[in-house]
Amino acid sequence: MNTRLAFFAGGLAAFVAAASPALAQKQGGTLRISHRDNPPSASIHEEATISVIQPFMAVFNNLVMFDPNEKTNSPDKIVPDLAESWSWNPDQTKLTFKLRSGVKWHDGKPFSAKDVKCTWDALMGKGDEKSDLIRKNPRKVWYNNLKDVTTGSDTEVTFTLGRPQPSFLSMLAAGYSPVYSCHVSGRDMRSKPIGTGPFKVVDFKRNEAIKLVRNPDYWKKGRPYLDAIDWKIVPNRSTRMLGFVAGEFDMTFDSDVTFPMLADVKAQKADAVCEARPTNVNANILINRDAPPFDKVELRRALVLALDQKPFNEILFQGHALMGAAMLPPPAGFWGMPKDMLQALPGFAPDVEKSRAEARAIMEKLGYTKDKPLKIKISTRNIAIYRDPAVILIDQLKSINIDGELDPIDTTVWYTKIQRKDYTVGMNLTGLGVDDPDTNFYENFHSTSDRNYTAYKNPEVDKLIEQQSSEADREKRKKLVWEIEKKLAEDGARPVINHNVANTCWTPAMKGLVLQHNSIYNGWRFEDVWLDR
Amino acid sequence: MSAYLTRRILLMALTLLGMSVLIFVMLRLVPGNVADILVDSAGIADPKEKAKIVKELGLDRPIFEQYLNWIGGLVRGDLGFAYVSERPAIEEIAPRIPISAKLAGLALFFSVILGVPLGVISAVRQNTGFDYFLRIVSLSGLSLPSFWLGLLILMASVQWFGMIPIYTNEPRSFIDEVLLLSIPAAAVGFRSSALIMRLTRSSMLEVLRQDYIRTARSKGASQTSVNYEHALRNALLPVVTIIGIEAAFLVGGLIVTETVFNIPGVARFLVEAILWRDYPIVQNLVMLIAFVVVTVNFLVDMAYMALDPRIKFAD
Repeated sequence: MNTRLAFFAGGLAAFVAAASPALAQKQGGTLRISHRDNPPSASIHEEATISVIQPFMAVFNNLVMFDPNEKTNSPDKIVPDLAESWSWNPDQTKLTFKLRSGVKWHDGKPFSAKDVKCTWDALMGKGDEKSDLIRKNPRKVWYNNLKDVTTGSDTEVTFTLGRPQPSFLSMLAAGYSPVYSCHVSGRDMRSKPIGTGPFKVVDFKRNEAIKLVRNPDYWKKGRPYLDAIDWKIVPNRSTRMLGFVAGEFDMTFDSDVTFPMLADVKAQKADAVCEARPTNVNANILINRDAPPFDKVELRRALVLALDQKPFNEILFQGHALMGAAMLPPPAGFWGMPKDMLQALPGFAPDVEKSRAEARAIMEKLGYTKDKPLKIKISTRNIAIYRDPAVILIDQLKSINIDGELDPIDTTVWYTKIQRKDYTVGMNLTGLGVDDPDTNFYENFHSTSDRNYTAYKNPEVDKLIEQQSSEADREKRKKLVWEIEKKLAEDGARPVINHNVANTCWTPAMKGLVLQHNSIYNGWRFEDVWLDR
Repeated sequence: MSAYLTRRILLMALTLLGMSVLIFVMLRLVPGNVADILVDSAGIADPKEKAKIVKELGLDRPIFEQYLNWIGGLVRGDLGFAYVSERPAIEEIAPRIPISAKLAGLALFFSVILGVPLGVISAVRQNTGFDYFLRIVSLSGLSLPSFWLGLLILMASVQWFGMIPIYTNEPRSFIDEVLLLSIPAAAVGFRSSALIMRLTRSSMLEVLRQDYIRTARSKGASQTSVNYEHALRNALLPVVTIIGIEAAFLVGGLIVTETVFNIPGVARFLVEAILWRDYPIVQNLVMLIAFVVVTVNFLVDMAYMALDPRIKFAD
């Protein structure tokens, strides 16, 4: 009898244990997170920084989103959000969404297809002239192929494209593509936005804090678990880390923990859960190809040949960074070229000394010797993550008779200076909202883009960008993407140093967060996050 | 006396007017305006979008008109709209003033309460072990940067007490707030107290060698009476001047301390506003600081009269 009882009890315990992960989520609690700086505004569509998207993504919903339970964003893992379903017309130029009914904005007004139309009309610059909903649009090129947005009813909206564009759905799934409420002014959307998302904005105090509370009317029943999220703006990184170690914060700002800092954090808070992941932010070099001396193609080639990624990686990332061309390399990246192809590109050859000898020969032919080096300024934003690689670059360029001097630029006028071509060589960081060739190539390398800072113009590359963008066959498209990567590397168009990897840490009591491994700009809805305390 | 006061008040008004012109012009001479920065922050450099923002914010109007609008508003108590947050500037500035004022007040209190008595003791016990000790401490106060000292305090708190004294939630009571602000105030005040201590010491040493001190001693006055009634009062004149100067300089110290201890005060906000070229915030805050500085200077002059009856301000 005792044996039977013990067996029954054991069976029950095993059942409870097996069932517990599904039952374990606890409702309530306030999640406390440190924020690294002051977000320029709360309007996701108008900004291009993780500082805005990480705290404010939880206020909104998209039409569709990358599956938040998957670590890798891929076009095959897009799930419904405000749209219940979607379908393409036969020639793949009309994308129709069936929207959820009964969804409400945080102020109680009903959500409808009109809000979707109004958001994308504003993004295309077709909105009401007097409206200030979107004052600036850093991702204008995302919607170059979008011709019209029409509403069939309150729950149906159709996006009409100029030509087939398989990436279009991925762009709508990005954290950068929330649906805005069009009855709210742009000023309010920038300071205290209204969304349909799991959390409402209570307060956004500049330089101080962002307070979000649970949306009790959220359309996804039972979500979110948390009562509130408190973001504290702590500009000093040492203070942020000490605050996390002391238990003042449950989570660090995303990718805030560098590899040298990770050991300190783990030593002081042994139970901290820390995850390293590629950020899909790459360090790259801007070369002013429109002015001497780098208007000479040979000189640009010499500079690229001088690069040795290894010291950058060892010094800045303790060897954890990834080597890749314009796209994030596999396995984290979906589109990047394989390693053997990469090593055939200029600047990626394993024999660095041989490449540098070739570079020196070019330099000497152009009249730059050890005694008479080429003197240039290496411009960069005056913040550590930009300055550090710039200093290593200066050191490496010495090996090919280039005498570089660091020119730190006030971060607030960096892009203006670059756009004015007021630089020779610059060290830059580029982050991608979506691991997708359209977003990367159109934004950074297409001749018509506002964010093509170097004004790189190559009609052949433009044509290839258009071609890959329309290609529905994934494998054929990958080959076109690799061809573009190769051409960009050969042209010295923003030579990539490496793809960054960084750590995010949280307390073991925080559960349910899945970090996305090919873009830091997605996966911040926080609706599945809960606190076990 | 009344004519002197009138003259001083007029001079203060003139100084503030000059400051207003200076800050207004200087801000506009710095490369990049708020439109550049707002667009830059989004990683784009579209001249059309910049022009739209410039027009929206009224930055395309003649500079003299912009100045008159600002000054006119200031006189009426309307500080304008912050460019970045798009909220009334007064709503942004007002809640931060009491926090910085309390921090600065506490820092100044610590500087005086430590600096003056220790300076006197150091002078009275000249060349003793205690004097040497105090001189070393004051030297370290002058040489330690306040951000480094602040970080050391934070690290020690985490290491020894498992807590961090930073301003993450609004304190529940006045006492809570004073306790929380005491640590950063001590970090800021350490440098000032060192300076005040050294100045009090040298000033006291000079006064203690005066004839009238010897006379007081020969008349049988007690050591305490000589030190505090006869010597300190006269030695305090230069100390009061330096306290006044330090009060003005405290704003500089607060910038670093507010950042390290994460205090949402005026100083950190001012730096942020300068970086963003948020003119209404910067102009109004600089004017506020200018007002505090000229007022402190005025009070220091008034304090001279109270300390030394020989000083008279001629009509």
